[in-house]
Amino acid sequence: MGMRAVFGLLLAVGLSLAASMAHAHPHVWITSTSELLYAADGTITGVRHAWTFDDMFSAYAVQGLESKTKGSYTREELGPLAQTNVESLKEYAYFTFARADGKKERFNEPVDYFLDYKDTVLTLHFTLPLKNPVKPKQLVLEVFDRSYFIDFQMAKENPVKLVGAPAGCQMKLDRPNDGSATAQKLNEQTFLNGENSNFGMMFANKITVDCP
Amino acid sequence: MKPKLSPLARGLLACAALAAVLAVADAALHDVLAQNPFGAPKPAQAAEPEASGIIGWLLAKQSEFYRQMSSTIRAAKSDGSAVWTLLFISFAYGIFHAAGPGHGKAVIASYLVANRETARRGIALSFASALMQSLVAILIVGISAWVLNATARTMCKAEGAIEIASYGLIALFGLRLVWVKGRTFIRALQAAQPVPALAGVPHDHDHGHHHHHDAHDHHRHDHAHAHARHGHEHVHDEHCGHSHGPTPSELAGPGGWRRGFAAILTVGIRPCSGAILVLVFALAQGLFWAGIAATLLMGLGTAITVAAIAVIAVSAKDIATRLSAGRDGGGALFMRGIEFAAAGVVLLFGAGLLLGYIAAERTTCF
Repeated sequence: MGMRAVFGLLLAVGLSLAASMAHAHPHVWITSTSELLYAADGTITGVRHAWTFDDMFSAYAVQGLESKTKGSYTREELGPLAQTNVESLKEYAYFTFARADGKKERFNEPVDYFLDYKDTVLTLHFTLPLKNPVKPKQLVLEVFDRSYFIDFQMAKENPVKLVGAPAGCQMKLDRPNDGSATAQKLNEQTFLNGENSNFGMMFANKITVDCP
Repeated sequence: MKPKLSPLARGLLACAALAAVLAVADAALHDVLAQNPFGAPKPAQAAEPEASGIIGWLLAKQSEFYRQMSSTIRAAKSDGSAVWTLLFISFAYGIFHAAGPGHGKAVIASYLVANRETARRGIALSFASALMQSLVAILIVGISAWVLNATARTMCKAEGAIEIASYGLIALFGLRLVWVKGRTFIRALQAAQPVPALAGVPHDHDHGHHHHHDAHDHHRHDHAHAHARHGHEHVHDEHCGHSHGPTPSELAGPGGWRRGFAAILTVGIRPCSGAILVLVFALAQGLFWAGIAATLLMGLGTAITVAAIAVIAVSAKDIATRLSAGRDGGGALFMRGIEFAAAGVVLLFGAGLLLGYIAAERTTCF
């Protein structure tokens, strides 16, 4: 009797906890190539991203768009979509989070943005200027979606470029391995632990640049 | 044989009931508070999460199946047999997708627990809501993309509007459940006031009981109108274990299909973003029918998992009912408390989703 009571309660509690894990899994995959932009005096002025969407999302995104040639889209034809993209991304802080020597930095609205369509996939190019250009000893840049609706992965080759960085700057990239491997690493504790409830963090790509 | 309850056992039962209610409330609150997308990022846990884990595996699996869909649909253009692969992948994706976290299961499970539904009804509800979910996705894409040739932006906005509406429905549905279950719970609390003891109750208890009963009557005389509060005070009284609440059969309401339909509509109206993407992709490949078939199989897979969860929820509830049936009123009160809490979970889910605190389930339009 006692054991069964405990069992019943455990089931009820377990069920309610299970019900609380309202997390998504990715529906969109983005492969990112990112550049850190430096001014002549060594201050960081911004970040330039090139985000390549997966096949399925690309087809979805171009649905209903007019194009002269069927199955191909020019930069001009994709102009309105690019505009929409960058405007919508604002709500998500461009999925880009920067800290200069531990201090959170903000970005201005994107400039120089456009989309191109090649081999059935879309790539969104845009530059995020830092609100206040900084010259930190250490810059940490994270790219991820907190809600994990989008899975971000840095490109396999040349994922991060430092453009015009002072000599001696060292870049380190921490990848969330590959998407599935990271998911494997999570265990139930990850979900039941309050500290980790923003589990999109687990899938963050972390770029660290140390300058002398 | 009626077990003699020691004060310790009664205390434990009361604590367990409280713990269960708190766990439910905590789980819901946790969701409501934890997911603000605009908050500062929390520092990641220092320790690397260790390997394995069912949820991690589920996430990995469903991503794997989902990512295979686009290539399989492409392959199906030239190779008809790839359609079978597509159907299998969709079905598997549905099973894994539903096994992962999401509000649909939570709402159905909570609804079943709150309403004392049978497992059979739980299964029927799961299948009906999954079918509706599939049909809504097919209708959205069929009308907007296929007939109207609308852009992704328009479709995503439509999806977003339906999403908000569905969250509003969950909140309303939860509110109604809370209202109904809250009243039942309060009635149970009032009924939990001590009444003359049963035969078979040990004498010493009987004595204490009567004593309290007298005091109670006196008390009631002074506060004739403060029923709810009055009852509440007595829950904390150790004598609540001896009183008689209404039996489950007295409290069981009519389980009409109209009420069930509300649950189906609430859960089923929101299409799965994955299904919409697959449908649009299939349409772009000129294989809309394959997308429809894939969506229906996803729905079937989802239904199977949700039905399994529904059966677990109903069984857990049944176990709890059977356990508490051995006791007197305290047990019934405990069950009414669980039902009330389950209703509260539905309401909190609805409110959390609606207000954007559970941001993980928002479709991202960009």
